[in-house]
Amino acid sequence: MTAIDDGVLQLDPEEARRARQQRLEEIGRWVLPLAIMILAIWSWDRICVWNGIPQYILPRPGVVLWTLYNDAGLLFSSLLVTLRITFLGLALAVIGGVGLSVLFAQSKWVEMSFFPFAIVLQVTPIVAIFPLINIYVNNQTAKLLLCAWIVAFFPILSNTTLGLNSVDRNLRDMFKLNGATRWQQLRYLRLPAAMPYFLGGLKIAGGLSLIGAVVAEFVAGTTGQSSGLASRIIEAGYRLNAPRLFAALLLISLTGILIFLVLSLISHLILRRWHESALKQER
Amino acid sequence: MGEELTLSRSSAAAGPSTLLALRGVGKVFSNGVTALSDVNLAIREGDFVSLLGPSGCGKSTALRLIAGLSTPTSGLLDWRDGGIVDRSNIGFVFQEPTLLPWASVFDNVWLPLRLKGISRAKAAPAVREMLARVHLTGFEDAVPRELSGGMKMRVSIARALVTKPRVLLMDEPFAALDEITRFKLNNDLLELWQDQRFTVVFVTHSVFESVFLSNRVVVMAARPGRVFDELAIGASYPRDEAFRTSPDYAALCRQTSSVLVNAINSTAGGDHDGH
Repeated sequence: MTAIDDGVLQLDPEEARRARQQRLEEIGRWVLPLAIMILAIWSWDRICVWNGIPQYILPRPGVVLWTLYNDAGLLFSSLLVTLRITFLGLALAVIGGVGLSVLFAQSKWVEMSFFPFAIVLQVTPIVAIFPLINIYVNNQTAKLLLCAWIVAFFPILSNTTLGLNSVDRNLRDMFKLNGATRWQQLRYLRLPAAMPYFLGGLKIAGGLSLIGAVVAEFVAGTTGQSSGLASRIIEAGYRLNAPRLFAALLLISLTGILIFLVLSLISHLILRRWHESALKQER
Repeated sequence: MGEELTLSRSSAAAGPSTLLALRGVGKVFSNGVTALSDVNLAIREGDFVSLLGPSGCGKSTALRLIAGLSTPTSGLLDWRDGGIVDRSNIGFVFQEPTLLPWASVFDNVWLPLRLKGISRAKAAPAVREMLARVHLTGFEDAVPRELSGGMKMRVSIARALVTKPRVLLMDEPFAALDEITRFKLNNDLLELWQDQRFTVVFVTHSVFESVFLSNRVVVMAARPGRVFDELAIGASYPRDEAFRTSPDYAALCRQTSSVLVNAINSTAGGDHDGH
């Protein structure tokens, strides 16, 4: 861009227009979403003020932030409880999902036989399963973990299975020609080849695990006692404490975004040297 | 499976220098397509044999049979010395470079040795020597996507040769490369072959490539895949750029082309796009 300003590089009108367009798009990518976000928050604030909406119906954004700051101790200790379930659930989903997909990859027959069970588990709403879990499982943490796990493990299982099965045919022949054992083929060929697929599944599972944990706390919160963020929301709802409700909601959203960003970063760091998906931004 | 290839020690028709004889080899796929029918072919130690023919003539199938990646429906593959039981005696180069995209050039070439349980440090001299031979010294740490098409193919060749195989099987390895790169790789391959004296079976659909490289060209015809004719390319080695522009080369190409045209016309229907 500086080259154009310096007059070192003479561009014809078409190229100059293209360069200008590109520069605008680059700025717009960051400025536009931010501007819209600020506009939305501003309108929210104005609607509250102009209509004289009471705080217990819809608090002004400033009040929500103030509550977040004031109740930080309470909310963040609850967030930690929820995060613990989320990450344990995610870790179990990774172990379970990858373990099962490796098992499935050993034989088409195993996959054909057991994959339908995974689908059944996936399509049944967790809220509907929870009462059963409530009956069969006594430990509160185990209940919540099971919920988070059921919600989060499927994308990892299905993506990793897909990855393990989509190894280049010639590469498989090459391993065969070199007398590779089953284990060597898994270790040096199929697992690395499945890595991009697994990481894609992990990104989805991270968000789902948080949702699973919160939903489980919700359902558990109405029956037993739990100290996660969901119970704060329920509690605030009963007390018509809308600012705290909004603050808790904001915290959950931010946590979800953070989890997604961290997992995206991990994925990028692992794949950046070789996988197409990590290369696109470079150009 | 390589074990199935150890069918016989007999070498009735084959001469003393024969490494592998295909006797009445046929292959019928489960969908009923006859890929190969009654193929008889003797490959001598040190040969550079090209299998030349239109698509669908079974040349790649023949290569897979020799590699042991597939078994013949009829006939037998007769390896001198009772068979190459150990697959490390065979190197295979695919049409695409077929590299591990996540592994460095060094690790890709190391792979065949690694699968035999040879550690990185122990394999390093052999890997480095092979990389030097394909002119890739200094690229050990690059990953495949950072290399050009020609360089990737060089890595693939280095990987096939790092185990010092007796036979190198190549399945249209340079078909996807531009002509300038292809010529260069042709020269380098010949150099390697003259240096290390392995036997090459080279599948191609290019008359020019087959004549430039090989001492024997086996012309194949389609439907069913079969050997149509065998030509000896008498020109002496080393062959270089001077040979490529010589009238001798042009004449040999012309002769080979006319045989290939006859082979294509011998197929009912004439077109060679189908299976």
